Amino acid sequence: MFEFPKAKRFRKWESLFIIHPEKVDEKEVIFEKLKQLIQNKEGDLLKLEEWGLKKLAYPIQKKKQGYYVLAEFYGRADLPQELENFFRIDERIMRFIIIKLEDRFNPSEIQSL
Amino acid sequence: MENSVTIKKRYFPRKKVCRFCADPSLVLDYKNYELLKNFINEKGMILHRRQTGNCAYHQRKLTTAIKQARIMALLPFTADLEIE
Repeated sequence: MFEFPKAKRFRKWESLFIIHPEKVDEKEVIFEKLKQLIQNKEGDLLKLEEWGLKKLAYPIQKKKQGYYVLAEFYGRADLPQELENFFRIDERIMRFIIIKLEDRFNPSEIQSL
Repeated sequence: MENSVTIKKRYFPRKKVCRFCADPSLVLDYKNYELLKNFINEKGMILHRRQTGNCAYHQRKLTTAIKQARIMALLPFTADLEIE
C-alpha cells in the first residue's frame, strides 16, 4: 500500500516562567530538566534569558517577588503538553506561559545562519 | 447690553491616529509591559478604543497582550491594593 512519507514538522515557542524566590538556587536543575524535555521531542533550546528577581504586580503564593526566566525553543507539536505537565507539578515554578511564535519552523535555518 | 451676543464655542474634535500604525517600530508584545502601561488607567482597566485612538486590529492585539502580561504579574488586574 502507498504510504505518505512522514514529514517532520517543527514549531517554535517561547515560554516565560517565574521561579519561587526562595528556590532560585535550584534554577540550574530546572534548566536541565527543561532542556531534557525539549530534546526528548527532537527539539532544542534556542535562547535562555534571565530577567532576574523582579517585583510582582500582585502577590502570588503570598510572595511579592519572583525570578523571571524567558526561554525560546522548538520541537514537535506535542511538546507544550509535556512542558505544561512539568510546570504544573513542579513546586519551584509559580507561574508560566507558553506562546507559539511560528507554526512551521525549519531548524536547518539556524545552522546556516 | 445690546452688543453682547453669546457666541457658542465650537469644539473641533481632533482625529486621533493609531500609535502602532503611525510608528511600526513599536513592538506590541506582552513582554513590552512598559509600553502597555500607557493603555491602562490608574485602576488597571484597559482603555477604550475611543480613548486610545487605536485601530481595530491593533486594539485587538493590545488587549490580548495586556491580558497575557496580567497572567505573568507584569501588569495588575486591579491597582487598588498597593504592595509595599
